[in-house]
Amino acid sequence: MTEPNQNNPQWETDTDTFQATETLMRSQSPIDETTTQETVEEIISAYPKKVAKKRSKHIVVRDPAQPEQEINANVRTTPGIITQRGCSFAGCKGVVVGPFGDVVHIVHGPVGCSYYSWMTRRNQFKTREDGENFIHYCFTTDMNEHDLVFGGMNKLRKAIQEAYDLFHPRAITVHATCPVGLIGDDIQGVAREMAEKLNTNISAFNCEGYKGVSQSAGHHIANNEFFKKWIGQDTETESIEGYTVNILGEYNIGGDAWEIERVLNKCGIQVIATFSGDGSYDEATKAHLAQANLVMCHRSINYMANMMETKYGTPWLKVNFIGIHAFAKSLRKLARFFDDPELTQRIEEVIEEELAIAETQIAEYRQRLEGKTVFLFVGGSRAHHYQDLFADLGMKTIVAGYEFAHRDDYEGRQALPKIKVDADSRNIEELEVKPDPENYQPPKSEEELEKLRQEKVVGEYTGMMPDMGEGTLLVDNISHHELDTLIKRFQPDLIGSGIKDKYIIEKFGIPSKQLHNYDYGGPYAGFWGAVNFAKDVDSRVNSPTWQYVKAPWQQAS
Amino acid sequence: MLEATPTEVQEREALRINPAKTCQPIGAMYAALGLHNCLPHSHGSQGCCSYHRSHLTRHYKEPIMAATSSFTEGTAVFGGGANLRQALTTIFKLYNPDVVAINTTCLSETIGDDLPSLIRAAQDDGIIPEDKLVIHANTPSYVGTHVTGWSNMAKAIVDYLVQKSDTPQQQINLIPGYVEPADTRHLKRFLKEFGVESVVFPDTSDVVDTPQTGDFRMYPKGGTPVEDLKTAGDSLATVALGPMASEAAAKSLQNKCDVPYRALDLPIGVAACDRFVQTLMELTGTQPPESLVDDRGRLVDIMTDMQQYLYGLRVAVSGDPDQVVPLTEFLVSCGARPVYVITGTPSKYFRKRCEEILSNTVPEAIYKDDTDLFYLHQLIKNNPVDLLVTNVYGKYIARAEDIPLVRFGWPILDRVGHSYFPTVGYRGSMHLLCTILNTLLERKDRDDPDEVFELVM
Repeated sequence: MTEPNQNNPQWETDTDTFQATETLMRSQSPIDETTTQETVEEIISAYPKKVAKKRSKHIVVRDPAQPEQEINANVRTTPGIITQRGCSFAGCKGVVVGPFGDVVHIVHGPVGCSYYSWMTRRNQFKTREDGENFIHYCFTTDMNEHDLVFGGMNKLRKAIQEAYDLFHPRAITVHATCPVGLIGDDIQGVAREMAEKLNTNISAFNCEGYKGVSQSAGHHIANNEFFKKWIGQDTETESIEGYTVNILGEYNIGGDAWEIERVLNKCGIQVIATFSGDGSYDEATKAHLAQANLVMCHRSINYMANMMETKYGTPWLKVNFIGIHAFAKSLRKLARFFDDPELTQRIEEVIEEELAIAETQIAEYRQRLEGKTVFLFVGGSRAHHYQDLFADLGMKTIVAGYEFAHRDDYEGRQALPKIKVDADSRNIEELEVKPDPENYQPPKSEEELEKLRQEKVVGEYTGMMPDMGEGTLLVDNISHHELDTLIKRFQPDLIGSGIKDKYIIEKFGIPSKQLHNYDYGGPYAGFWGAVNFAKDVDSRVNSPTWQYVKAPWQQAS
Repeated sequence: MLEATPTEVQEREALRINPAKTCQPIGAMYAALGLHNCLPHSHGSQGCCSYHRSHLTRHYKEPIMAATSSFTEGTAVFGGGANLRQALTTIFKLYNPDVVAINTTCLSETIGDDLPSLIRAAQDDGIIPEDKLVIHANTPSYVGTHVTGWSNMAKAIVDYLVQKSDTPQQQINLIPGYVEPADTRHLKRFLKEFGVESVVFPDTSDVVDTPQTGDFRMYPKGGTPVEDLKTAGDSLATVALGPMASEAAAKSLQNKCDVPYRALDLPIGVAACDRFVQTLMELTGTQPPESLVDDRGRLVDIMTDMQQYLYGLRVAVSGDPDQVVPLTEFLVSCGARPVYVITGTPSKYFRKRCEEILSNTVPEAIYKDDTDLFYLHQLIKNNPVDLLVTNVYGKYIARAEDIPLVRFGWPILDRVGHSYFPTVGYRGSMHLLCTILNTLLERKDRDDPDEVFELVM
């Protein structure tokens, strides 16, 4: 049974292939109900009692008849369970801040944190004409025992000075790691002091690894600091002509942001700043001048989208550039937003041209992939976004989950009022934001914006759940045990996950596609990206190598 | 590439750039994987554990299993005892390892969690099943490097698991150092050929280089069995290969069980291999078999056959002390000139051995411990080299300066083979030397103009 799509606003596309994609995404799971129930029971019953009780709330069998299904998310990890999760430092420096390639990012801590976040996420960066490029560098205060005992503030001061003397960067960021908070180093104070001394933008991020329960806390901390110290720093530029947007929560993994920008530019839409893929400091300081924020990864950047709306009146639109029909739908949403017949026509022309090429090129792969089943376990947004792209290939997502998303990413933003911030996340600062007396300039009248809100064009994310059909499974913060059981019981054709799982999955003889680093391929976003993706998925699923896993004398006759 | 790196070298006191090392716990995690049926456990916040598993996975293209105490802010204030108890309960119920090997992070070290007491309490309260073992190593990230972490876990294995009985064993203990599974496998074969009985630990062969069978095994067949360690206290002697990684454990074994030890450079290159063989001869009174002597001869044969390509070659080397020291000696023995030799690990051993190897042979050589790749790059910018031998991170310098690169040591994240083909022993050294030579010849083929492009080299 497919969930009835009662409210299909105008800007949604209604072509046949789009309908086919959506129908497949929302169709019933091919795994029968009994098997699904038994599997969930098998998973839960293996846990110690208390753990079983907790984990059962993180696993939901999708039931479209219950419009307000709930899932537990964004709570602490059970010690010892073997989680995929990382920490707040990874969410802040590794994800949101690090991709700014013309900025020197200094990690204040022992050597590990800077080292492991050095070139391991593939947020690509291109040097601007007059710009600098630090993306291949790793900077740290490399704290030792002496710094732990006597404090590391002096060393941090010196490190900032040395970085400044060596590179004269546009901006410097400082990132705290676990011990920094414990020994009481005041990195905010040092940043303020050195910013004044060097007359340079120096921002400090208190993203100690133990804060919150996952990478998510780090996103929030990064958003706050960017909002306070970077946005609106360009006071020279007063306005920018044309249709302008920022892309928020797009990290240019494998060149995704470049493909998105190519298509937007073709439509006649200019990207002012991207947070943070291929991000440059100067562009970021102009972000407040854009007419709209396009939110790609809701989890990591919705804080800034909301704060910018309050302070500058910039509305935000949730978009998905993964999957050709999803991209088309997002472009139409933008056309509806700008509401200019000429722009709308150009967008329609671009969609027609790009869709035709992509569909033709995908067709060959689709033939070989249609009907296959997929699990998706990815950070905080891709487990939803990629369901569209897999559906473009005729593949059905039967189990999906996030490492660290919150209930609103699963259930939609209507769940927000119901979410209680628990003790583990209470200490993440919530900024109080007010309209800026000079720069509050909404691009549209309040009536128009209200209408767009009603149509769910702006300010809305409906979450992953409504896109998943009856009997599919949602698993939040999956453990190794859960992954193991689900593989054995459901035998999917492909699992989209990360590096820690990849070879576990493949040792079971099941192909795995990394959806954090794309197995060093990409881009996967946009129209050209979808074709890359189709080719790569085909190569994983249909590779002749899998036939040799069992020796001929081991195979049943 | 790396265009911001200035040629002029400024003294840096505080800013580390492009480190040639990482932190302790990952080394401890790797060493713990060398115990059979062991689950490494990271006592700290979960980010460390994820980073360490990911990094080892990228290096081996293999599953790397480990659990974590998943500290939160509350834990950071009140201590990690409750988290550890929960973790052990969950681990034994769910994943059923025979041994849990705990390492710590800068978080649990800074708050001062007392692991021995926590483990004892867990034992007393029945959280640890009677037939199961929990061992630990303190691995503060702000002391030493990943090599120190390996060393601390190897020592913990001795302290917790090695025993002495009244039955002397005609065997030696071999601590292979922070090396690849192929190296340990090769060393075991080497001893077998020699006719020497041994206990080798930690042993990651058949753990991080497992076959594809269609069946995932959480605890693969490899790893030193705890049973074997029970006799290590009765061995004739311990051979510790790679003093930075292995000597602490060997020393501890000597103190605990009166087993004498010999610390040697890793057997990379002809001279270091010879010393290893001579040590085995002395300790066991056995002569090396003809097969090994022949292998030695083949290695020297390549050295003499191809010496023209290496003689006088300016080489830059970086990596972990245990690897870099014998590599430097090997290069010198081939007639090459290792002019820059660096490591990120603070190491007296490194300084002393580099001086012994280089002061008479390559007097212009600059060798430095506790430094970084930014410094190495600056040295190269000032006076270029013909060859770079480093771990994966050297690839940026190699590209920036257009220098042929041989990947060697740990980690190698962008190539395959390092975990399958050894670089220790005569045969491993042959493999390493061939890789170096072939890299240089590839470069020559790329660079030579058509009219002098050679068929035979």
